[in-house]
Amino acid sequence: MTPLMLAGLVGASLVGLGLYGLILHPHPLRKLLAFNLIGNGVFLVFGIVARRGAAAGFRFDPVPQAMIITGIVVAFAASALAVAIILRLSAESGRVTLDPEAWTKPNGGDAT
Amino acid sequence: MIAELGTTTPDGYLLVLAILLPLVGIILSFILGGRSPERVALYSTPFGFALACAIAFHVGQAGKPIVYTIGGLPPPLGIALRADGISAVMLIAAAVIVTAAAFYARAKFATPHGVRESRSSLTFWIMLQAIWAALTIIFVGGDLFNLYVALELLTFAAVPLVCIDGRPETLAAALRYLLFALFGSISYLLGVALFYGAYGTMDIWLLAQRVQATPVVWTAAALMTVGLLAKTALFPLHLWLPPAHANAPAAASAVLSGLVVKGSFFLTLRLWFYVLPALPTDKIAAVLGWLGSAAIIAGSIIALRQARLKLLIAYSTVAQIGYLFLVFPLATGTQSWGAIGWSAGLMQLLAHAFAKAAMFFSAGLLAEALGHDQIAKLGGAARVLPLTFLTIALGGLSLMGLPPSGGFSAKWLMLQASIASGQWLWTLPILAGSLLAAGYVYRILAPALSDGQISLESAPKRSYEAIALALAMIAIALGFAPQTFFDFLEIGRPWRLGNHD
Repeated sequence: MTPLMLAGLVGASLVGLGLYGLILHPHPLRKLLAFNLIGNGVFLVFGIVARRGAAAGFRFDPVPQAMIITGIVVAFAASALAVAIILRLSAESGRVTLDPEAWTKPNGGDAT
Repeated sequence: MIAELGTTTPDGYLLVLAILLPLVGIILSFILGGRSPERVALYSTPFGFALACAIAFHVGQAGKPIVYTIGGLPPPLGIALRADGISAVMLIAAAVIVTAAAFYARAKFATPHGVRESRSSLTFWIMLQAIWAALTIIFVGGDLFNLYVALELLTFAAVPLVCIDGRPETLAAALRYLLFALFGSISYLLGVALFYGAYGTMDIWLLAQRVQATPVVWTAAALMTVGLLAKTALFPLHLWLPPAHANAPAAASAVLSGLVVKGSFFLTLRLWFYVLPALPTDKIAAVLGWLGSAAIIAGSIIALRQARLKLLIAYSTVAQIGYLFLVFPLATGTQSWGAIGWSAGLMQLLAHAFAKAAMFFSAGLLAEALGHDQIAKLGGAARVLPLTFLTIALGGLSLMGLPPSGGFSAKWLMLQASIASGQWLWTLPILAGSLLAAGYVYRILAPALSDGQISLESAPKRSYEAIALALAMIAIALGFAPQTFFDFLEIGRPWRLGNHD
């Protein structure tokens, strides 16, 4: 097994583990962590693309590395936004759940 | 042809201006604060509209896309911005709806003189401009990774609008929306990585020339499509949409339902019709068509069962998004009916954007005026709010597909395309969806037009009712679009350019 193959398999399993967590864990914070696992798996795969030099013919292709950095920044911003909403939800209602039934009032209630 | 789509055209600077305008607006809003964010947003909208019209004019006059390569560095390494027929039309539609939303939102988010701005109003004005900026990049972007960033910007701008009033149920809706969207974007990104690994470029137009039907291309396309479907809320990935769109303030709901879901749909069109037109995509197109059909039926039936007006309209969005995906089986390939299917899909995109924005505006006015939006308690409401219900009726007319309206043109062209192509099976969901839409629009109008005593908490301002009515009139007027309009939509479509032989 070459290092490249190993890295590829690790990336794939990170994506798989993350997807499992994202779908099965009910708690938003765990879902968010699972999303970050998927993200890291994808960045690793992207990194292998860079190492292989892609089709551009470079020995080490720098373009995917620039894209990984951008992707990490975007994923960080997404996580920050999600954590902010989770904190606010917990502060407002004292519980954190995504179940829409939990928020329905008996007669529908709120307008606007 | 190669030189034309890879180098800047003389009018290419217009694309940069169109992107910079809302971005500069955001920065100014942050710096100035107070009443300024509102003013900046309101004053920049006419300029944005003018820029969109100028881009459309140049595209129409040249008969080919206008291009700007950022930093003068051409693809495959550089990033190109391109505006073709559909980008120009979507830029205009976005400018009109954002303008309408900005003026409509003054009722709720205006900052009185001498008062410090509230957090919700500052958020609203900045996020509205951010949505506009992200949509502009999506409509003119020519680089798949650049489009990924734009797609994320769109999500980050849309999510705060959902939970702007901070009630727990809106926060939960926003969180669900964000998690679906994050799954969508990471799936899209993995697809982009695979494309880059295979062909060494992200440029849509260069990829279109290089792609071949290999497993890696199909995997990449599948990953990107699934991600985009989650963001477009196509059945069965629609679960996040109704609570998010129904709980946002009306001005935001109109933008979310009319424009934001169209952004990711636009990228799905770009992927299948601009990156992969050379591949045999019939079977995948059929799968997308089936999902669309399921969305039409399921969305309409759930809409029929809603007790709240805004939830009904939100589920109607789920159904109308289904129609958009019929464009894939109806416009794939080079046959003559493909052009009809393409026109139908774009017409549906525009008609739904305007009709749905008008309906959400009206639902907001109605909820303000009556203090609730329970459909069962609307008895006699049309007598006290005639203009609002006229708007809902006109918007509904377009959703049902009654002539004359944009919705009618779209559905009529879809029927034509499905019969001309021998795929008559698609006529069933199209017709069933129209019948069901008639059902849910009737459910709103019937109690409102019946006898009943109803008291207004406050009368809505005529000017806000006029904004909603104007958007509904545009949805109707689209039904009279001439053939030149449909020819315009074809500008820059790969098969039409004759690149592929």
